[in-house]
Amino acid sequence: MPEIRVTPLGAGQDVGRSCILVSIGGKNVMLDCGMHMGFNDDRRFPDFSYITRNGRLTDFLDCVIISHFHLDHCGALPYFSEMVGYDGPIYMTHPTQAICPILLEDYRKIAVDKKGEANFFTSQMIKDCMKKVVAVHLHQTVQVDDELEIKAYYAGHVLGAAMFQIKVGSESVVYTGDYNMTPDRHLGAAWIDKCRPNLLITESTYATTIRDSKRCRERDFLKKVHEAVERGGKVLIPVFALGRAQELCILLETFWERMNLKAPIYFSTGLTEKANHYYKLFITWTNQKIRKTFVQRNMFEFKHIKAFDRAFADNPGPMVVFATPGMLHAGQSLQIFRKWAGNEKNMVIMPGYCVQGTVGHKILSGQRKLEMEGRQVLEVKMQVEYMSFSAHADAKGIMQLVGQAEPENVLLVHGEAKKMEFLKQKIEQEFRVSCYMPANGETVTLPTSPSIPVGISLGLLKREMAQGLLPDAKKPRLLHGTLIMKDSNFRLVSSEQALKELGLAEHQLRFTCRVHLHDPRKEQETAMRVYSHLKSVLKEHCVQHLPDGSVTVESILIQAAAHSEDPGTKVLLVSWTYQDEELGSHLTSLLKKGLPQAAS
Amino acid sequence: MAAHLKKRVYEEFSKVVQQQQEEIATKKLRLTKPSKSAALHIDLCKATSPADALQYLLQFARKPVEAESVEGVVRILLEHYYKENDPSVRLKIASLLGLLSKTAGFSPDCIMDDAINILQNEKSHQVLAQLLDTLLAIGTKLPENQAIQMRLVDVACKHLTDTSHGVRNKCLQLLGNLGSLEKSVTKDGEGLAVRDVQKIIGDYFSDQDPRVRTAAIKAMLQLHERGLKLHQTIYNQACKLLSDDYEQVRSAAVQLIWVVSQLYPESIVPIPSSNEEIRLVDDAFGKICHMVSDGSWVVRVQAAKLLGSMEQVSSHFLEQTLDKKLMSDLRRKRTAHERAKELYSSGEFSSGRKWGDDAPKEEIDTGAVNLIESGACGAFVHGLEDEMYEVRIAAVEALCMLAQSSPSFAEKCLDFLVDMFNDEIEEVRLQSIHTMRKISNNITLREDQLDTVLAVLEDSSRDIREALHELLCCTNVSTKEGIHLALVELLKNLTKYPTDRDSIWKCLKFLGSRHPTLVLPLVPELLSTHPFFDTAEPDMDDPAYIAVLVLIFNAAKTCPTMPALFSDHTFRHYAYLRDSLSHLVPALRLPGRKLVSSAVSANITPHEDPSHQFLQQSLERVYSLQHLDPQGTQELLELTIRDLQRLGELQSELAGVADFSATYLRCQLLLIKALQEKLWNVAAPLYLKQSDLASAAAKQIMEETYKMEFMYSGVENKQVVIIHHMRLQAKALQLIVTARTTRGVDPLFGMCEKFLQEVDFFQRCFIADLPHLQDSFVDKLLDLMPRLMTSKPVEVVKIVQTMLRQSTFLHLPLPEQIHKASATIIEPAGESDNPLRFTSGLVVALDVDATLEHVQDPQSTVKVQVLYPDGQAQMIHPKPADFRNPGPGRHRLITQVYLSHTAWTEPCQVEVRLLLAYNSNSRIPKSPWIEGGEVSSQVETSIEGTIPFSKSVKVYIMPKPARR
Repeated sequence: MPEIRVTPLGAGQDVGRSCILVSIGGKNVMLDCGMHMGFNDDRRFPDFSYITRNGRLTDFLDCVIISHFHLDHCGALPYFSEMVGYDGPIYMTHPTQAICPILLEDYRKIAVDKKGEANFFTSQMIKDCMKKVVAVHLHQTVQVDDELEIKAYYAGHVLGAAMFQIKVGSESVVYTGDYNMTPDRHLGAAWIDKCRPNLLITESTYATTIRDSKRCRERDFLKKVHEAVERGGKVLIPVFALGRAQELCILLETFWERMNLKAPIYFSTGLTEKANHYYKLFITWTNQKIRKTFVQRNMFEFKHIKAFDRAFADNPGPMVVFATPGMLHAGQSLQIFRKWAGNEKNMVIMPGYCVQGTVGHKILSGQRKLEMEGRQVLEVKMQVEYMSFSAHADAKGIMQLVGQAEPENVLLVHGEAKKMEFLKQKIEQEFRVSCYMPANGETVTLPTSPSIPVGISLGLLKREMAQGLLPDAKKPRLLHGTLIMKDSNFRLVSSEQALKELGLAEHQLRFTCRVHLHDPRKEQETAMRVYSHLKSVLKEHCVQHLPDGSVTVESILIQAAAHSEDPGTKVLLVSWTYQDEELGSHLTSLLKKGLPQAAS
Repeated sequence: MAAHLKKRVYEEFSKVVQQQQEEIATKKLRLTKPSKSAALHIDLCKATSPADALQYLLQFARKPVEAESVEGVVRILLEHYYKENDPSVRLKIASLLGLLSKTAGFSPDCIMDDAINILQNEKSHQVLAQLLDTLLAIGTKLPENQAIQMRLVDVACKHLTDTSHGVRNKCLQLLGNLGSLEKSVTKDGEGLAVRDVQKIIGDYFSDQDPRVRTAAIKAMLQLHERGLKLHQTIYNQACKLLSDDYEQVRSAAVQLIWVVSQLYPESIVPIPSSNEEIRLVDDAFGKICHMVSDGSWVVRVQAAKLLGSMEQVSSHFLEQTLDKKLMSDLRRKRTAHERAKELYSSGEFSSGRKWGDDAPKEEIDTGAVNLIESGACGAFVHGLEDEMYEVRIAAVEALCMLAQSSPSFAEKCLDFLVDMFNDEIEEVRLQSIHTMRKISNNITLREDQLDTVLAVLEDSSRDIREALHELLCCTNVSTKEGIHLALVELLKNLTKYPTDRDSIWKCLKFLGSRHPTLVLPLVPELLSTHPFFDTAEPDMDDPAYIAVLVLIFNAAKTCPTMPALFSDHTFRHYAYLRDSLSHLVPALRLPGRKLVSSAVSANITPHEDPSHQFLQQSLERVYSLQHLDPQGTQELLELTIRDLQRLGELQSELAGVADFSATYLRCQLLLIKALQEKLWNVAAPLYLKQSDLASAAAKQIMEETYKMEFMYSGVENKQVVIIHHMRLQAKALQLIVTARTTRGVDPLFGMCEKFLQEVDFFQRCFIADLPHLQDSFVDKLLDLMPRLMTSKPVEVVKIVQTMLRQSTFLHLPLPEQIHKASATIIEPAGESDNPLRFTSGLVVALDVDATLEHVQDPQSTVKVQVLYPDGQAQMIHPKPADFRNPGPGRHRLITQVYLSHTAWTEPCQVEVRLLLAYNSNSRIPKSPWIEGGEVSSQVETSIEGTIPFSKSVKVYIMPKPARR
């Protein structure tokens, strides 16, 4: 029995360290290769030893697919390919291929240079790893080998995020990665066609949330910034370098443009600049507005947003500054925050979630006096705002995607177990498909019944078509032919052709049957009566009375003879070939009922 | 043709010139008839290969065929068809047959038998499809003939089982267009079993080919369009198609469902998997709502659009479209809108400063949450958030239509519309502002909503701001703080964009007159009066101060207690503004003053209106006094022209009529003056110089007549005749003047001939109006036409001259509604002293913004002219998209003009003005005679030109030499 097996190495009932193994039609594919933010030990990376105890990964895995450039989806890639050892192809989209190494390098720097970790992957390893990458375009079907093919769909979420369809023969799996069903200021909404996969592996970060309209959020955000700037205050927006930052930039940039505002907007430099460069390049991956207007102006060529310099923080007058990192725990954003916190005209807007213990979390929970290092106490007079900008599909979005793809089974990953439980129940209820949510290391096995394509010769098909009405989807049709199995492909041909191909001589198979009729008259008359009876009953068939006294219905021969013992009984000999079995049996049963009493 | 006419000048002709000409024309037609089909026949016989034949056919198809010769051509084509083996040629013939049967005046029933006949023997699917198309053309040409239709339907049914999707498509199309259900047909249709067309088409809803499925749905829609009542049973079939794999099928299915829901809104349908039942229209609404989140944007647009027109939906369902039950971690969450509303009603304003302010509250029963509801849940929320702006616009339009029919829904959708003001695409923002304006009768803005609305006033796009001003004109505001807020924001807008002045004033006018009671408590603050102290008198020229006054005065109109709060200088300012901005400041009943007696009540009909009477009288005076001595006539004309002009200035609603008649009188005056000239009495050669006056008059009359013809909207045919007549007179004058001043006969020949053609043309164009022109110049001229044709040029001139002198003054009937086209250039203002500097050889873009009034079809007629100091003139055709239509009769041109020149030593001014281009062909009624493609060889009838119709604006520019 063919089957699809799925084993999450990471992201099973958990967020982070996405890594899912899929075996389909004898092929093994690894989906994503991420790291976990929460750990600094071995648990940080997926346990690749699970794949093969001993032996090379390359022999076991047919390919690796990376859905997007977030570190929890690609962070373990250099470790996996260079340190554990994998030489097979790695598939990702072009933007991911471009931005991924920047983030990996940044991650490496923080881990090695700041935290001083040893035995970590090196810059060279990142480079070597990226050499194994094969970039794919949207909707491009890539043949990994003769049987395995993959295809990318747009997923929103971040620049270059993609959903992948993995297909072997007629079996297929769709892996969504992270996706967003509502478009935002710089990216479109995820989209997939009705590909009806055997299994849909979807993320479920917001399995139990239905979000409010994004317009309210945007309006609130803009209003707050606008008011603060009009007051003459300075606005600090701590962000992570990629993804949301670009959305907020576009939002502010267009707002500034529309409202003719003059206050400067700054973006703290560094890795962002490089990334922004790629955003400018990959215009085709952005949303409708940016794609349409880029002929006049590339929206990422910011007019109002300039690079930030440390000295600018002390400039008088209003300004807006985007600074990293996003949780105010260190670096430039914290420095600026300290400078500005004292003035009630100023404002800080936290655009995302903050981990407990960070300055961001403290101020969000309402703390007004902060202890900084060196026993300093910082009084926070500036306004603190929280805005949630997230790029994951909410429960409704997930359901929408499931509805679009029409899978036979759904498997949830990348979410919390409790929340998955709810969504699982919903999916089973709404779509009547089975839904799975394996934990890490747990294997789900799905039996499949792959359809086997059979080729049919056109001649045969046409002949059958000509015989009857158009095929009706609701009724089965009987079709005579010969199935030839040769070199693992199947063909349905007419029997004559099959005979010819196989070089066989045709054997006639005839059925004969005797029917006793009680009829005192002569044979000829009996035949005549049979003839007239059949003629009246079988209107659709060609009934003939031959001169030698026999009757034919199509190719069925009926002969009447007197019974050797009882002359009052006539024996009808009915003979038909194997091909006419249906009509022949019908005819015999008809004749067995006897002839109607003649009028004479 | 010209040669032909020339000949006529010399030849003796009897009186029946016109008739003979017509005879020739008909003869010609008869001649062409056999030749055309014969030529085709010869061509087709000559063709050696299918490719050749195809070429001939293609060539043949380029020219139209007259109705009389169609049948012959068809026969030849059919004949060739039977012989032809190549399917591509047969295809072309089949398509030609279809084209030919569409020819007006040809009845195609004679070729139907042949068409059906060849259909039966045809093997190629493509040709079959094309033949069915031809049959469709034939069938649609004969809508009355039931028997033929029945036959065609029969043919279509027979070919429905074809294996090619193209053939099935066409069959379904044929059924949709011709199939009928009426039972009465069965009786006289001999033996043809009547077919249930709907059933047949319905069977193809499950065809294997998506194109055929689409065609089946389209055919069904076509049946509906032709007035056949669709069965309710197809509703279920159509619902199944909503989950089809192909977008065009889904899109068509949505339409079909909509149609059925409009036909049977009140039928009851069961909800699957439950025992409940709902109205069909509600069910359909829910289904279409579901399609708003379809995978294909084409379907989404379609669905969103159709939602708007489903007005019978129960309000309960309607309101669900705006509801998207929020939850967070399985706990119910309130939307930002709800929160805003709550804060507002609890008296606290704006917040969201706390983290977790939106923290979810109640626990949700997990079983009750339905993530994909079969109902209408949140359809508009999704539609308005869609990625494609086409969908968003469609959703906004649908919201608008639904809100117009349901006030409670209008109230609910307000929050969403306000949110759309922040959309990233300007079109969407504009659309939602317009929508809001349309539903403004049903709504009152809350303060927090007003806040968001007003924030858009800072938008840099002029269209948006102006749309918003229009919106504010008709919004209801609930509190005095709201009014204050609006005023403050509008003033802010005024300082940021001073060009918006007029629009803001107008907006405040309406805002004031709508909310007098809300303005009242604000007056002291707005006028900054103090109970004890006199405050400084504000600057009267300050647009912001005027804006405030406009608001207050308009509120005071219906609030008699308000003037008591005014200080002395306010009254003075009132008097000043009432005079200078009378359209913005209403007449007030002020204590101790007479009500300014300008109140011409609107209920006086135009004929009782004294000014209108005055106009009529003065015109009648002129027309009746036509036989006075020339001196008196001239004086009277001058006097009347002056009167009319003044009247036009005073009474704006009569300006069009007054100007129009004044122009006409001026033409007449010029003509009289020219004919009074002494030059006519003296020998020709001496008057070379003085004749300037007469020829100048002729030229001016021509110009004025063009103005009359093309610059006024509402000019009817009877005026056009008079105008053309006047022009003809001017041409006659020109002819005489040139005849007198030029020596030699040769140039005269041409001129005379041209003039006579002109007369001829006039007669042809206005033959119906000639009886009205008794005793006129042209009337007399036409009487003498035969003589003129044969006379020598000198004689012609003489005759024309005497007749011109004898001709009477034609009465110009006044049209009902006439308006003069006018334009004002708002930008460039022409006040700047800073020259626009640019490098010579490169271009500089100059923004031009103008309002156009009463211009018909401005896209093709309005041009921008730039005059450089060196006399060089440049004409710019603005793009059609540069014109907007803010109101009836009004247009707005916002465009960019590119200037360029070689380097100048110092800055200089260029003039920019707007021109109205005209083409004399466009107005002339097409007489049936001219049909048939020979128009171009006629008398040069099309005179193209331009009329300046705006004041020119000077722009200071400075092309600098390029630096190397």
